[in-house]
Amino acid sequence: MNLLHLLAADPLFNDGVDVGVVLIVALKTLITFAVLMVAVLFMVWYERKLISDMQNRIGPAKAGGRFGVLQSLADGIKLFFKEDLLPERADKRVFRLAPYLSAVPAFLSFAVVPVGGTITIASHQTNLQLADPPVGILFLLAMSGISVYGVMLAGWSSGSKYPLLGSVRASAQMVSYEAALGLSIATVVVVAGSLSTHAIVVDQSGAGPGGFLPSWNIIRLGVVPFVIFMIAATAELNRPPFDLVEAEQELVGGFHTEYSSIRFALFFLAEFMNTVTWSAIIVTLFLGGPSGPLLGVLPDWLWPIVWFLAKLMVFLSVYVWFRATLPRLRYDQLMDLGWKVLIPLSLFWLLVIAAVRVESWYAAVAIPAGLAIAFLLSRAMQVGRARVEEKVGQ
Amino acid sequence: MQLVSLFAATKVDSLTFILGAVIILGGALGVVLARNPVHAALMLVQTLFGVAVLFVAQGAHFLAAVQVIVYAGAIVVLFLFVIMLLGVDKEELVAAEPLQNQIPIALAVIAVVAAELLLLGRQRWATGAPSVVGRLEGPSRNVEQLAEVIFTRYLFAFEATSVLLVIAVVAAVALSRRSDGSDVDADYIAGIEAAEQALAEESDAEVTS
Repeated sequence: MNLLHLLAADPLFNDGVDVGVVLIVALKTLITFAVLMVAVLFMVWYERKLISDMQNRIGPAKAGGRFGVLQSLADGIKLFFKEDLLPERADKRVFRLAPYLSAVPAFLSFAVVPVGGTITIASHQTNLQLADPPVGILFLLAMSGISVYGVMLAGWSSGSKYPLLGSVRASAQMVSYEAALGLSIATVVVVAGSLSTHAIVVDQSGAGPGGFLPSWNIIRLGVVPFVIFMIAATAELNRPPFDLVEAEQELVGGFHTEYSSIRFALFFLAEFMNTVTWSAIIVTLFLGGPSGPLLGVLPDWLWPIVWFLAKLMVFLSVYVWFRATLPRLRYDQLMDLGWKVLIPLSLFWLLVIAAVRVESWYAAVAIPAGLAIAFLLSRAMQVGRARVEEKVGQ
Repeated sequence: MQLVSLFAATKVDSLTFILGAVIILGGALGVVLARNPVHAALMLVQTLFGVAVLFVAQGAHFLAAVQVIVYAGAIVVLFLFVIMLLGVDKEELVAAEPLQNQIPIALAVIAVVAAELLLLGRQRWATGAPSVVGRLEGPSRNVEQLAEVIFTRYLFAFEATSVLLVIAVVAAVALSRRSDGSDVDADYIAGIEAAEQALAEESDAEVTS
C-alpha cells in the first residue's frame, strides 16, 4: 500500500522546486496542449474518413492529398473567419461564457491521464503525465460535472426553444449517467486502493491471472464494470447512440443551434477533445494505461507511449463504429437504461467486488443474494407495468 | 498584529488563500446582488469553487473534489433545472420587498453568526498553519482518515443521514404519484386534447370571420 502511494507521487518534485522544475512543468503543459489539439484534428478527420468507409462513401478527399488529412484544419480555419452571431434574445454574458465552460474542463481532464512511463530531462526524473493529484480520478468526475454547465447554459442563454430543449435533455442525461459512471470507477478504486490515476496504472502492471494474461482491470473485475463504464462514458459524451441531445430531426442542432464561428468551434473542439480524453480514461482504468511488453527496436521509454496510443486508437475507432452502427435511443429508453439497468447493476457489482476483497466466501453469499434482489426488482417492475397497461386499457 | 502571521506563511500559501477568499467573497456578493436567478446560481458555483480551492490549500484534496462533484456538479445543476423549467428566470423588481423588516433581521443574524465564529475561534486570526487537528499527509491518506472517522466515531450520524436521504427519495416518488392510482400520463393526454380543441375552435373562428 505504502509503496503504491510513493509511486503515485511524481518524482519531479522530490528535491524541491527550482527553475528547472518549473520549466519542465511548463514544457509538459505546452506539449499536452499541443498533443491534444493535434489529437482532436486527427479525430475529426479519422471519424469522417472511417464512417464514410463504413457507409461506402469516399469522405474527405480534397484538402491535403488523396485522403484529405488536412480537412479538419481547413474546417477550423474556415470557422475562424465566419461571422460571429449574437442572438438578440440571448443572455449575452452567459452566452459568451458557455463555450469556455465546455472547452476548459475538456482540456483539464486530459491532464490526469498517464500517457507513458518515467523519463529523465536534464537530470530531472518525471512521469509522462501532466498532473497526478492524489484524488486523480475524482478530479475527472469533477471536470465532467462542470462541463454540464457549458451545455446547459449554452442552451438556456440562447433564448430560443430548441437549444433549451436540447440542453435540458443533455444535462438530465449527463447527471443521470454520472452515477453509473462513478460506481463503475469505484470498483476500480476498490481493487487499486488509490484514487490516483498513476497508482491505478501501476497497480495493473504486474502479471495477471494464469501468468500470461495481463493484470488489467477489465479482466480482474469481470467485464461488467468495463461495459458499464463504456456505456456511461458514451452517454456522458453525448455521442451516438446517446446523441438525442442534438437529434437533428427534432432539435435542429440541440444546445449549440444559435452558436456560430469561433464559439461553435469551441463546442466542437470540446466534444472531440472529450471523446479522446474519455477513451484515454477507459484505457487508464481498465486496460492498464501505457503498460505493455518492451519489444526492443525502439528505445525503452517510447514503448509505453506506443502501447498507450495503440489502445487509445482502438477506443476511438469503437466510438466511430458505434456511430455508424447503432440507431439513436429514445429519451425514455435512455432514462430506463441509466436508472433501471446500469445503476442497480453497477451497485451490485461493486458489492460483489468489495465482498471478494474482504473474504472470498462473502462473494458466494453476495452473488445469490444479488440475483434474488434482481429477480424481485424485475418482478416488481413487471407487475407495475402490467398495472399501468391495465389502467390504460380501460 | 496577528494578521501579520498570515503573511508569515509561505508566499504561495498566502497568495492561494487571498485568491480563494476573493473568489469566495466575490461569488457570495454576486449571489446576493445578481438580479437574474441564473446569474445568482452561477455566482454560487463560483463560491463553491473558491471553497474547493481553500480545501486544496489545506491539504483536503478529497473534500475539494467532492465539493465540486456534489455541490457544483449536482446540486446547483438541479437549482438551474428548476429555475429554467419553472420559467422564473426573469429579472426581479427590486422595489417590491416580499419580507417586511428583512434588512434589520439580516443584520442581527450576521452579528450573531460573527460573534459565534469569534467565540469558536477564541479570537485567533488565521495563523497560516494547517487548521486541522491531525496532519493530512501523503496521497490518499485523506480518504482513509475520512472513512475511518465516518465508519467508527460518526457511524450513527452517517447511517441516520442515509436513512434521511432514503426517506426523501421515497417521499419524492410518493408525491409524484396520484392517490387515485391514475397515471400522470392521463394529465398529459388531457392537456393535448384541450390544446387540440382550442386549435379547432380557433380555426372555426377564423373560418367564420
